[in-house]
Amino acid sequence: MSARSPCREHNVLSDIQTEIPEDDGGEPETQALPLDAWHRSRGGKMVEFAGYYLPIQYSADHGGGIVAEHEWTRTQAGLFDVSHMGQLMLTGENPAEALEALVPGAITSLKPGRVRYTLLLDDNGGVLDDLMVTNATPWIEADEEAGTEGHWGDPAYYLVVNGAMKWDDIAHLREHLPDEVELNHMDEHALVALQGPNAATALGRVMRGVPESLTFMQSTLYQFGEWPLRITRAGYTGEDGFEISVPAEFAESLADRLMAEIEVRPAGLGARDSLRLEAGLPLYGHDLTPEIDPVSADLTFALSKKRRETGGYLGHATIAATLADGPATQRVGLTLEGRLPAREGAPVFAGETQVGTVTSGGFSPTLGHPIAMAYVAAAHAAPGTELELQVRNKRLPARVAPMPFVPHRYFRGS
Amino acid sequence: MARYFTDEHEWIDVEGDTATVGITDYAQEQLGDIVFVELPEVGAMVEKGKDAAVVESVKAASDVYAPISGEVTEANDALEDDPALVNTSPEEEGWFFKLTIGDKEELEGLMDLKAYKAFVDEL
Repeated sequence: MSARSPCREHNVLSDIQTEIPEDDGGEPETQALPLDAWHRSRGGKMVEFAGYYLPIQYSADHGGGIVAEHEWTRTQAGLFDVSHMGQLMLTGENPAEALEALVPGAITSLKPGRVRYTLLLDDNGGVLDDLMVTNATPWIEADEEAGTEGHWGDPAYYLVVNGAMKWDDIAHLREHLPDEVELNHMDEHALVALQGPNAATALGRVMRGVPESLTFMQSTLYQFGEWPLRITRAGYTGEDGFEISVPAEFAESLADRLMAEIEVRPAGLGARDSLRLEAGLPLYGHDLTPEIDPVSADLTFALSKKRRETGGYLGHATIAATLADGPATQRVGLTLEGRLPAREGAPVFAGETQVGTVTSGGFSPTLGHPIAMAYVAAAHAAPGTELELQVRNKRLPARVAPMPFVPHRYFRGS
Repeated sequence: MARYFTDEHEWIDVEGDTATVGITDYAQEQLGDIVFVELPEVGAMVEKGKDAAVVESVKAASDVYAPISGEVTEANDALEDDPALVNTSPEEEGWFFKLTIGDKEELEGLMDLKAYKAFVDEL
């Protein structure tokens, strides 16, 4: 018994390996993250992922397993370690203007405490990475002694980028940002995500008032005892939830504190992948690459309306043309009958003609049948279109379906 | 009846001229939740060390190799409706297929239970 191919194995890891900085010119070594021992003590099955050891799932003795962790997150709250992701802080002179020249989203109009999903693009409009940008400009309280009123401090922007891409992203940002913009890699910080319909209940018991202070895509600093936290109401599962950035030295204590709540159980990379697939969220390195532009990727929502015309960012010319002419291929969702999943690389057919390729696929625990994302020729991208997927020697019927496959349940306010 | 094991984590029960093949408890634990098993057709010839079945878990597809060569005489239809049998009863109800034993000498070199346990402990 063995994994069928490295390509399929990547489905497990759901990311691509990248080089991490080498010391002494040797081979890059897989690194341990701040919660490494914490995972192992809970039966975490550690795999190499983006240059780090992370749990793909927890052992059955600890109530783990990909499906169990997936279902727990959909009904309660899963705690994910995403410390491999790159946390960056931009400060200095006009960081918003500088960043806006590299992404298609509006950054200068992003208010303090607000979060935006956007993309790093190359000259041709190809996607170098997808990321979350938070306006982290601090509020400075009034100081009666000094006679100053409350005001916004120096502008700061907090970026969360993909773990496997972070070194390339840092190089890209450093190359294109003016020297007056400071780029700080917060590599002394861990990042955990608490996701699920009961995430707010659990977090609210630990940090009173915090969930009520945030709606989806809002972020705040929160001093929890001696721990300075950044808490953002967002995630990668389609559920309500929070991402919490914490100094590495306090990461274990924070994880223990959250785990003490009855709604919270740990969840690994396997469940993270099946959850994001059900939520229709693309995974960089699989559903997004430098060969793919945001229009083909069905990420037009990330192209700020004003800036579609005015431009002023890398790759705009190509994107404007694709918007005008329509993309040749499009990212679509596919639902399959039966139980046999079609995975990354499976060809998509309309009759005898190959019209596309699967970029992510697996079994949906929530729906009880396989689902996939694929890029298909625009003529075959309409919802309801009947197609076929080739898996080994079988042709599986599939139908183009709107995404998300499982509805998002973000908290946008009551 | 004698049970042998391969270093690819298949087990094989030998009874006279026929054998039953499945994957071990260690293997199912590694694979995680199994959602589909693709079995060889009855009458198919399988070759020692070559692909005979495919297991699809939530996370990935894995090949299952034939521990010995022979002709498939029966496939476990129960796995079609309930592939999770491989998780819950890998070494009994979750068997994959039966085959005729072409060459008994191929059994030489396979591990017995004690040797397999020692092998797994080393992993």
